[in-house]
Amino acid sequence: MNRVIFGTVAAAALLAGATAQARDVTIGMQLEPPHLDPTSAAAGAIDQVLYSNVFEGLTRFSSDGSVGPGLAESWEISEDGLTYTFTLRSGVTFHDGTDFEATDVTFSLDRARAEDSVNAQKALFANIASTEAVDATTIKVTLTNPQGNFLFNMAWGDAVIVAPESIENIKSNPVGTGAFKFSDWKQGDSISLEKNMSYWGEAAKLDGATFKFISDPTAAFAAMMAEDIDAFYVYPAPENLAQFEADPRFTVLAGNTEGETIMAMNNKLPPFDNKLVRQAVSHAIDRSAIIDGAMFGYGTPIGTHFAPHNPAYVDLTGNSSYDPEKAKALLAEAGFADGFATTLKLPPPTYARRGGEIIAAQLREVGIETEISNLEWAQWLEQAFKGYDYGLTIVSHTEPMDIGIYARPEYYFQYDNPEFQQLIADLDAENDPAKRTEMMQEAQKIISEDYVNAYLFQLAQTSVVNSKLKGIWPDAPTQAVDLTAVYWEE
Amino acid sequence: MLRYTVLRTGSLLISLIVASLVIFFTLEVVPGDPASFMLGINAQPETIAALREELGLNLSPWARYVGWVTGLVQGDLGVSYTYRTPVAEIVAERLVISLPLAGYALALTILIAFPVGIWAATRRGSVADISVMGATQLGIAIPNFWFAMLMVLVFAINLRWFSAGGFPGWDEGFWVSKKALTLPAISLALPQASILARVMRSSLLDTLDQDYIRTARAKGLTKGQALRGHALRNALIPVLTIIGLQFSFLLAGAIIIENVFFLPGLGRLVFQAISQRDLIVVESVVMLLVFAVIMVNFLVDLAYSWVDPRLRGRR
Repeated sequence: MNRVIFGTVAAAALLAGATAQARDVTIGMQLEPPHLDPTSAAAGAIDQVLYSNVFEGLTRFSSDGSVGPGLAESWEISEDGLTYTFTLRSGVTFHDGTDFEATDVTFSLDRARAEDSVNAQKALFANIASTEAVDATTIKVTLTNPQGNFLFNMAWGDAVIVAPESIENIKSNPVGTGAFKFSDWKQGDSISLEKNMSYWGEAAKLDGATFKFISDPTAAFAAMMAEDIDAFYVYPAPENLAQFEADPRFTVLAGNTEGETIMAMNNKLPPFDNKLVRQAVSHAIDRSAIIDGAMFGYGTPIGTHFAPHNPAYVDLTGNSSYDPEKAKALLAEAGFADGFATTLKLPPPTYARRGGEIIAAQLREVGIETEISNLEWAQWLEQAFKGYDYGLTIVSHTEPMDIGIYARPEYYFQYDNPEFQQLIADLDAENDPAKRTEMMQEAQKIISEDYVNAYLFQLAQTSVVNSKLKGIWPDAPTQAVDLTAVYWEE
Repeated sequence: MLRYTVLRTGSLLISLIVASLVIFFTLEVVPGDPASFMLGINAQPETIAALREELGLNLSPWARYVGWVTGLVQGDLGVSYTYRTPVAEIVAERLVISLPLAGYALALTILIAFPVGIWAATRRGSVADISVMGATQLGIAIPNFWFAMLMVLVFAINLRWFSAGGFPGWDEGFWVSKKALTLPAISLALPQASILARVMRSSLLDTLDQDYIRTARAKGLTKGQALRGHALRNALIPVLTIIGLQFSFLLAGAIIIENVFFLPGLGRLVFQAISQRDLIVVESVVMLLVFAVIMVNFLVDLAYSWVDPRLRGRR
């Protein structure tokens, strides 16, 4: 008898031990979300806090970037590729207790594509002709044209499902269906989430999470070293990473992002309207010097506007290999044997500021003098992006699969190639994966061979994580800190 | 007295109106659009236009100015473009950190500066005086953010007595919050205390040279009695002026220290708002600070007449 009791007590103690493992986590981030509605702003910080944790879409990105079922359990695509019939999961509730139903999906999609919509990625929804809630768990979406990446588009943070009941206060009190509930926002300091006890899927292993916003790199270093925070997502000072790597308390995660870092050229502004000049600029740049010098070795060289970890990527870095002599010869051929002067406008991120200094020195070697101006984002948007008032500029394009921007002649680098525009239109309508891959590769080649921009490197994501914290995504297929599978190792 | 009050209020109002015009129209010429900032580089032009409409940015500058000022008069600071919450709420959240921090730092400043300044002044030319002068020179010369980082290194990373930064919130308890503000307050107080101690010393030296101190001493007062009874009070006028300026500075100018300790204070709010072109927040906060500075100066004026009765008659 005694033994039985002892056994029970031991089992209870073990159980208690097992549950005690569940803990909170504090994640450091540099930028704070402006508000908490992922469907009405471009700020990556909103998705980083809320994507998949609080809000879910019909489909979702996995850690490797593949798209799988989210709130939609399964789907059927009609023969002509125009009708998508989604079967929704049943028994799903929003955090405020209301049921998740097909009407919530139609509400979300219709809101995003409405005329007065302020969705930062409204183009994702442009092709939707109509939405229809067939019954509580079935929804039919009809497209205007077939669209090969529709399911991919629906996985974006800008396409998450929101409820009409809670939309009014979404900016300060987000109500979703995810494994975590929003709990508190101390503006300027932190956002906390707590575990959703009635989650439809596998419950979160953490009890809660706090995102703490620390913009200053030195402060980030101090907070990490003092173990005030458990992980710093996208650590802002690459020069400290070696120190963290050497410290057994921490692990440095270096992964891929969707950020193609390019030096954009103003394709309509002389002399960059001359392809020879653009080609010369591309050959004048030594990518590895930039990756080593500005990014402390983190980053993958690219030769076109496409993520190297994507199966459809073609390595075209050879088109613009580092060759200053060739660059000089091309400049002479274009009529600029003595070089020329232009502007180099740099937004705030370190890749631009540090990379810009190195590029300026490299361009000087071939006779191109650049006048560097450091701009804030708002100034950059006004001058370079909207006003086309720049010669060269450095930006990382972090949206996944965004080669389509080259088909927009009014886009800031002003590349206007009807052949390319047609190719992208065809690609959008194509459903066959093999053909899509072929077309994506063709698109990569066209912009690489046209030397539209100088393609520098794929931005790496480097995070510093407490060695006992497991399950943080090393790669960033979208801007998300997905905590649903994160746990503490004993 | 009535005439004085009317004049005084009139000039206060004019200062506020001029300040509001300058603030609003200076920010108006700053390039950049909050809607474009919010929506990023993939947004379509019509989406940006829709957001501008929603935020009321398509109205003429004068219409927006009048709207803003009318709101201010009624105590409504407007709604933030980016956060979409009332500016008053955001500012209130920041003030519960910035005000106590400024007060804490100022208290430390005074607690250090007064004894040190008096001690040095009464020992003019001695080793003590010279070392105080040297130390305060150093205190002014050391950049406070560097000193702050040094303290983080020692007390947060090595000794683990304090956390490296952040603010737990007052609902976590007074002592917890006070502890979180201690390192920032010391960093802020160090240069201010150095300045104030020097002002205290030189002002006290001036008054100690006055004839009335000699008279007091001739009457038979000890050095200490003459100091307490006559010199100190007279020496306070320039000290009060500096304290007034320091408080205004500590309230709005703590931004670098706020960054080092990642405290969500007023300085960081303004800095973020400027970079996001959340102009309504910038305008309203700057306007509030102008108001605060004017009020502090007014209080300093009152304090003058308290320490120096001669100033009361001049009105």
